[in-house]
Amino acid sequence: MPNFNDILVLLPEFYLVAAACLLLLLDAFMKPEQRGLLHWLSIAVLLVAVYLVVAGQPDGTATAFNGMFVRDRVAEILKVFALLCTVLVFVYARPYLADRKLFVGEFYTLAIFAVIGIMLLVSAGNLVTVYLGLELLTLSSYALVALNRDSPLSSEAAIKYFVLGALASGMLLYGMSMVYGATGTLSLAQLHGAAAHSAMPNLLLFGLIFMIIGIGFKLGVAPFHMWIPDVYQGAPTAVTVFIGSAPKLAAFGMAYRLLESGLGDLAQHWQLMLAVLAVLSLAIGNLVAIVQSNLKRLLAYSTISHMGYLLLGLVNAGPEGYAAAMFYAISYALMSTAAFGVILALARAGFECEEIDDFKGLNQRSPWMAFLMLLAMFSLAGVPPLFGFFAKLLVLQAAIDANMLWLAIVGAVFAIIGLYYYLRVVKVMYFDKPQDGVRLEVQQDVSLRWMLSLNALLLLVLGLCWGPLLGWCRAAFGLVSA
Amino acid sequence: MTLSTSILLTIALAPLVGCLLAGFLGKQIGRVGAHSVTILGLLVSCGLSFYVLYQITAGGAPAYNHNLYTWFEIGRFSASVGFLVDRLTAMMMVVVTFVSLLVHVYTIGYMADDDGYQRFFSYISLFTFSMLMLVMSNNFMQLFFGWEAVGLVSYLLIGFWYKRPTAIFANLKAFLVNRVGDFGFLLGIAAVLYFLGSLDYQTVFAAAPGLVGKTLQITQNHAWDAATVIGVLLFIGAMGKSAQVPLHVWLPDSMEGPTPISALIHAATMVTAGIFMVARMSPIYELSQGALSFVMVIGATGALFTGLIGIVQNDIKRVVAYSTLSQLGYMTVALGVSAYSGAVFHLMTHAFFKALLFLGAGSVIIAMHHEQDMRYMGGLRKYMPITWITMWIGSLALVAIPFTSGFYSKDAIIEAVGASHRWGSGYAYFCVLAGAFVTALYTFRQMYLTFHGKERFTVVEHHGHGHHDHDDHGHHKPGELAHAPHESPWVVTLPLILLAIPSLLVGFFTIGPMLFGGWFGQAIHVEEANNVLGELAGEFHGAAAMALHGFWSWPFGLVALAFVITTYIYLFNPAMAGKIKTAFKPLWTVLDRKYWVDDVYFAVFARGGVKLGRLFWKAGDAAVIDGALVNGSAGVVQRIAAGMRKLQSGYLYHYAFAMILGLILLLGGFWLVGQ
Repeated sequence: MPNFNDILVLLPEFYLVAAACLLLLLDAFMKPEQRGLLHWLSIAVLLVAVYLVVAGQPDGTATAFNGMFVRDRVAEILKVFALLCTVLVFVYARPYLADRKLFVGEFYTLAIFAVIGIMLLVSAGNLVTVYLGLELLTLSSYALVALNRDSPLSSEAAIKYFVLGALASGMLLYGMSMVYGATGTLSLAQLHGAAAHSAMPNLLLFGLIFMIIGIGFKLGVAPFHMWIPDVYQGAPTAVTVFIGSAPKLAAFGMAYRLLESGLGDLAQHWQLMLAVLAVLSLAIGNLVAIVQSNLKRLLAYSTISHMGYLLLGLVNAGPEGYAAAMFYAISYALMSTAAFGVILALARAGFECEEIDDFKGLNQRSPWMAFLMLLAMFSLAGVPPLFGFFAKLLVLQAAIDANMLWLAIVGAVFAIIGLYYYLRVVKVMYFDKPQDGVRLEVQQDVSLRWMLSLNALLLLVLGLCWGPLLGWCRAAFGLVSA
Repeated sequence: MTLSTSILLTIALAPLVGCLLAGFLGKQIGRVGAHSVTILGLLVSCGLSFYVLYQITAGGAPAYNHNLYTWFEIGRFSASVGFLVDRLTAMMMVVVTFVSLLVHVYTIGYMADDDGYQRFFSYISLFTFSMLMLVMSNNFMQLFFGWEAVGLVSYLLIGFWYKRPTAIFANLKAFLVNRVGDFGFLLGIAAVLYFLGSLDYQTVFAAAPGLVGKTLQITQNHAWDAATVIGVLLFIGAMGKSAQVPLHVWLPDSMEGPTPISALIHAATMVTAGIFMVARMSPIYELSQGALSFVMVIGATGALFTGLIGIVQNDIKRVVAYSTLSQLGYMTVALGVSAYSGAVFHLMTHAFFKALLFLGAGSVIIAMHHEQDMRYMGGLRKYMPITWITMWIGSLALVAIPFTSGFYSKDAIIEAVGASHRWGSGYAYFCVLAGAFVTALYTFRQMYLTFHGKERFTVVEHHGHGHHDHDDHGHHKPGELAHAPHESPWVVTLPLILLAIPSLLVGFFTIGPMLFGGWFGQAIHVEEANNVLGELAGEFHGAAAMALHGFWSWPFGLVALAFVITTYIYLFNPAMAGKIKTAFKPLWTVLDRKYWVDDVYFAVFARGGVKLGRLFWKAGDAAVIDGALVNGSAGVVQRIAAGMRKLQSGYLYHYAFAMILGLILLLGGFWLVGQ
């Protein structure tokens, strides 16, 4: 029977659901000009949730509702960063939304519901919880992508996302049913013990493959990546920045729950599959990004390649590898918010500032924004001493430790190829003449400027001083760090 | 009493804070703000340095050695940021911060009309931070960081007036020459890591005796002694930074920078980094007679031959610059005869009187409206008495008149060289003795040309020239001034006075403990067999007795002789200088061309380097690497990318199809593996 303790374990989630419903109600009774209050309230709600997550942290692992929900260090860290990323998104999005008459309550409530989905997903202790969290996240995301109803591009992106997402969900569900059939349990903890001596090993492996497709779609690794470029480009940038950050943490959490907590005994089977997906993602992501002229699309392909790197960590299938992958997911989320944040800071009503050519001569117009973008780009490219470099180093090391030297070499080669398109953005900003007729003005929003500066400078700070964060990641997977 | 971490951190970081504020917020806080924050930072740093010195000396605090932050770990090797503060370090900290503080104050007057005011303050504070990191380091990694950082600031400051082609030439030259030295230094650090497996001072010094008998096989038939290799390589670094022959060529040119930094960086502190480093590494150097002989011969050569060049210079700053080269030679000789504390002692006294001489020269330059040629000076003593007197004090210390600081340190070095039996010490003894004579020659010549004799400039008054700034005198002929010279403002003269005091007195009070009383304790390690200062200690009966005895020694006799000669020539018979010059024309040419070292470097290394570079550029880079490899592979990637792009057709059913293909791929792979 559920008891009060179960509720306590889920307190942050319950609180967020209640808060989101309240915000929804509040929005209905609010005059449009009072929306600013809603904005700040939403941020406050998220920050309180961060507090609840951190303050209520159990010693070791706590479970609730008969193991449906697991609250451990991995989940805590992912939740905290997902919530913080969403705060950043809210701050960055406001001027953009306001300029486009999209500054509506739905954006906030949908995003908060998506965050609840993320929190359920990373805490899942049961296949059903995984599915529940995933659907909550993706359904909210579909709606967010279609937020700008009048834009044909947005609608097209939302439809594509929805159809492909449904296909992927179907496959995931199908895989889960096969796993259930082979082992007779939906609990990840029990699955862990049952998988090794299943009566129907082939059925189990079939189920595994279908589940990997679900994970692959959520992460956006090739060849399940097709939705990413269209959605990134088609969605309003304020939504893209959300989709590109916090859900990546969720996708890592989901992969960890399903593959390690659930099917860890089949590691020898899924390791190679992930390695193949990683190589495909690295190749497609990095190569196709080179020919892009739209920055949002370029960042979409960059995401695909980054998720390939994240897989290098998972391929290791050991605590070191998971720690590296989690570190990578966090670093990617921060880098991606910074990069999209600059686009948001420069966009105006009637000017999206999403073509690479729009960034020509940015250094002359706004040296500080150019510098922040430079930090984001260098970090994404993995230039030392920025955050992204150490994240890449760790996942490459994880691949080597897993005796997949070839995979690490592929990763390193594609990192070099990838350098090209990141550097192109930098080159355009610093060495090209500004285009005629392009108004590059920075949004006046003070909170946006400060948070964006903080976000981008954090990439430098964490690059120089990455010890504590890596220590948390390692501790979460039971590694005692020095 | 123990040293506190927070105090040490404050000492190092206060100048950095000043630097950042003056550098990044220079426009916002303005000129007064910029010099206020940097001077405040230095005041804090200097005051606390004195306190640390007091704690160590009077309070008996043990040496501080802790790692504060681990930067990274690779295998067994870890790179940390940490402080080692013992007596050697504490003394260096006091010297660095004290001189730097005075130079900061002086700069207010010297740079008053410069557009780059805030930038200048930011740089010199950054320099102080870097230098402190260098001397306070407890490992080679951080030492190298400080080493490169002071090099960087030196580069920035030599080229401070970046619109002057000569300044740009000079800073490039300094940079390149230091590259050569740093290359050796880096190899030396690598050799330390290779042989001793650590970069932490304490570990390295503890393990150093194990170097004996180890060899490094570089060429087929010859094995090199490990300690000698390490010693020589590290010293090559010191040769670059401390401007030892033959890497000395950058220092005279560095006078293109503003005078305050000539005093701070290129005389008092940065150039002594090499001396400090060798003294710090004494446990390693003591293991190799070969390396020490090398150090000694290099130092002795510099001490005499660069001093000779000083005699023929006409630029007031260049005379002081060559004198610096010569004095650095003295310190190096002292290192070479294992008199490390003698070297460091001379480093300290030299820091005071050389900073004084440079700042005094700067004061003269201000008065002469940025005219630096001594041929257009003369008789300045009545216009600027404070500068005149303080510079005489500095000069007396430089030529080592008994009772001045310079006497104690220099005489101790000469005695130590005389007492040494190391290979090459005969040559070194000759060089340092002759050097004393040469030093007196150029020093007295400079003082007479500048302050005494007839005025060789004319004052041309302009009407309607109410306000003026110092740099705006380009339309004047040499020797013509817009208005009469005048004494500099108090921000300039105060540092002169404050530096004159230690130039006179510090040697008298500190020679006993520092040289002969074992004040440095564990910080400096000397083998019993090499301990020349220990031998001399028997003859030392107090500072006063040493000074009185100094009047009857060879060096003083030579100085007196030089005094007589220069006084006769420059005060009573000015025409004679010209006659001597014509009579010894070939010798004069050799000195004037600076032994053609610069010309050879320029012709061989600079030109040759450019030619070699051009060859690699055209044939190697442009044709093979750029043409075939880079553009070739980039072209391939581009074509692949363009092809793959077509996969993203935009059609939903294509996307779904790709997912199904992925499913089939995974299933097929699984089936294949299963077979």
